[in-house]
Amino acid sequence: MSVITYRQALRDTLRAEMHRDENVFLMGEEIGVFEGSYKITEGLLKEFGERRVRDTPIAEEGFVGAAIGAAMLGLRPVVEIMTINFSLIAIDQIINHAAKIYGMFGGQTSVPMVIRTPGGGGQQLGATHSQNIELFYSFVPGLKVLAPSTPAEAAAMLRAAIRDDDPVLFLENLGLYNSKGEVPEGDETVAEIGRAAVTREGTDITLIGYSRMAMVAGQVAEALAAEGISVEVVDLRSLRPLDRQTIVESVCKTGSAVIAEDDWLTYGIGAEIAASIQEGAFDYLDAPVRRVAMAEVPMPYAKPLESAALPSVESITTAVKETLNAVGRRVG
Amino acid sequence: MSEIYMPRLSDTMEEGVISSWVKKVGDKVTTGDVLVEIETDKAVMEYEAYEDGYLVKQSVGEGETVPIGAVIGAIGESPDAVPADSGNGGAQPAAEPATGAVDPQPEPAAEPAAGIPRQAQAAEEAEEAEAPAPEGPARPRTSPLARRLAKEYGLDIETITGSGPKGRVVRADIEAAAKQRQEGAPAQEPAPAAQPSAGAPQGAFDDGRASEELTVSNVRKVIARRLTQSKQEVPHFYLRRTIDAEALKAFRAQINEQLESTGVKVSFNDLIVKAAATTLRLHPAVNRSWIDDKLLQHGRVNVGVAVAVDAGLVVPVLHDTDKLPLSEIATKSRELAGRAREGKLKPQEMSGGTFSVSNLGMFGIDSFSAVINPPEAAILAVGAMQQQPVVRDGEVVARNTIALELSVDHRAVDGAVGAAFLKELAEILESPMRIIL
Repeated sequence: MSVITYRQALRDTLRAEMHRDENVFLMGEEIGVFEGSYKITEGLLKEFGERRVRDTPIAEEGFVGAAIGAAMLGLRPVVEIMTINFSLIAIDQIINHAAKIYGMFGGQTSVPMVIRTPGGGGQQLGATHSQNIELFYSFVPGLKVLAPSTPAEAAAMLRAAIRDDDPVLFLENLGLYNSKGEVPEGDETVAEIGRAAVTREGTDITLIGYSRMAMVAGQVAEALAAEGISVEVVDLRSLRPLDRQTIVESVCKTGSAVIAEDDWLTYGIGAEIAASIQEGAFDYLDAPVRRVAMAEVPMPYAKPLESAALPSVESITTAVKETLNAVGRRVG
Repeated sequence: MSEIYMPRLSDTMEEGVISSWVKKVGDKVTTGDVLVEIETDKAVMEYEAYEDGYLVKQSVGEGETVPIGAVIGAIGESPDAVPADSGNGGAQPAAEPATGAVDPQPEPAAEPAAGIPRQAQAAEEAEEAEAPAPEGPARPRTSPLARRLAKEYGLDIETITGSGPKGRVVRADIEAAAKQRQEGAPAQEPAPAAQPSAGAPQGAFDDGRASEELTVSNVRKVIARRLTQSKQEVPHFYLRRTIDAEALKAFRAQINEQLESTGVKVSFNDLIVKAAATTLRLHPAVNRSWIDDKLLQHGRVNVGVAVAVDAGLVVPVLHDTDKLPLSEIATKSRELAGRAREGKLKPQEMSGGTFSVSNLGMFGIDSFSAVINPPEAAILAVGAMQQQPVVRDGEVVARNTIALELSVDHRAVDGAVGAAFLKELAEILESPMRIIL
């Protein structure tokens, strides 16, 4: 057992997968000589050479399209898009091609590719570089969208994504790259795509998050445990397919739910979760489902404003306590 | 053609009842004419036309209730103008062929005028079927989980008081009720007599003595809601004091003698109202309101006077009571009480109170405990003037007395503060010259 960063877990997994399957190769901006804007591909060019670690021009539509073609012909490209914001340049390739080819051509070819890309605010990168637009991809049948929150999950889910035969958008988060966690040495776990996880059991209320918000949800639960409040944390892990069953089972147990999401509230991922809860757990709800999301503004650059715009331990704690008050638990 | 909407006639109004239509369909209407009388939660009010024309439609009949903003009628340029679209909420009825109620056969082109209103009407009916206006007693707020558990425990959820937001019944309430029942606490089931609604009187035959459900007026509903709220949310405490009313009696006689030529007569209640206002000015700590965890200090002294009317109870307010001369308090109280009985008080005449006086002396009531009229912090209950044996200078003598009882909101006013107020009020009433000083 060793404690490593989320970044390290991704790098180790990429490296191991490239050793395991020679069809796996990497493409992206600055991933080779510069070793990645966030150093995920550190050392890989040296180890695997230019044929398998390819620096691309700043042309997302072009290299995503090239990866789709490579995947159709049997390779397993893992594309890095520097941040999810730049995927907007390639959105036609992703939605109209990668997601559609298997179905539109009668299953003649699948598209076994992975697009790794980090989302997330909090880094003072301004409004155009701080978005959480994974919803755009989670909305589209034909894609899979994974959003791990811990190093161990990142490793197990990246393995699953590379080995899966469908196009997978693999959502990372700038705020998670330096987070640390235990990853069993020599672990070869391949995550099951489409499964959420109850990462902390509790009885009073269900707190749901994914990616960075799953981590923050864990912190909230930990702090509230000291006040005698038992919070069950559900980490969605897979935004598409969405594991509604795990969510509903948890809410049936606790009777109330708060959803934390880094994206915007209106039409956000939380709206889909809330709808799923009322469909599946209506008769078990003791209070309205609450959502805590980012402020509905383009992300401000100024640090205090940026911090205020993002959901926090404090805002989520408040929502949890208000919901508990509404079900007759008088807490703080 | 312009539509007439149910207006918002008071801050708390959510829906209104068409009390009566003053204008009939086809009547000529001039700006300022009274079109319709509307009963709000507080009063019956006249509603005037804002433009000239003819009343061409009454969409809501007398006695019917509709929410604010609903179309209640229309004014056209000619007496036979045809209302084009009377659907509430701006729906476009002509574009809705799927309602089922619309004749699928297109109308002959020669009769467009007849065709349009028929479609409009059909669409209106369809809309009503989809979203009926809330009518009758409001459904209690309950969480889905509470409803399911109540069913499992066999509890009637309507008999359980909710502790959640806005009185929502939540799981904790059901579990508490179930536990209480198990422990053999007072039965949840209300006495049979308290259930008049079911339309199935006890026994198989109706001997004319069965309970029947009465129509509930808006005023009655507001009384029920506000007083329930007061007793549930306001922690009342009560202070009692009996005053010697001999001096007050003499003072009143003297004043009325002076006022004889004017025809104005000052009642004991007028004197008490004025004395209360004077005392409030001396004790501003009672002239406060506790609202949503905030404490409000009122600058004005506005005393409300409870008036019993056929519909129930209304409390017209004498604004700036502390500044009104006694004669004006007498005239104004009489006038407000008169209009209260006719249901013609304007909402602003019933709002803004900071203190209330309720007097049941005329019924020979010794004393009573009144329910506070939120957000006021106190109400003074006044009993009948009666002769009582009183010890004065070691001798038992008969004196005229009045029993006062002050109900106080403990959130806003503490016991000693309320007691000091009542002490001063008693002293003023016993030295009544101070009332007007």
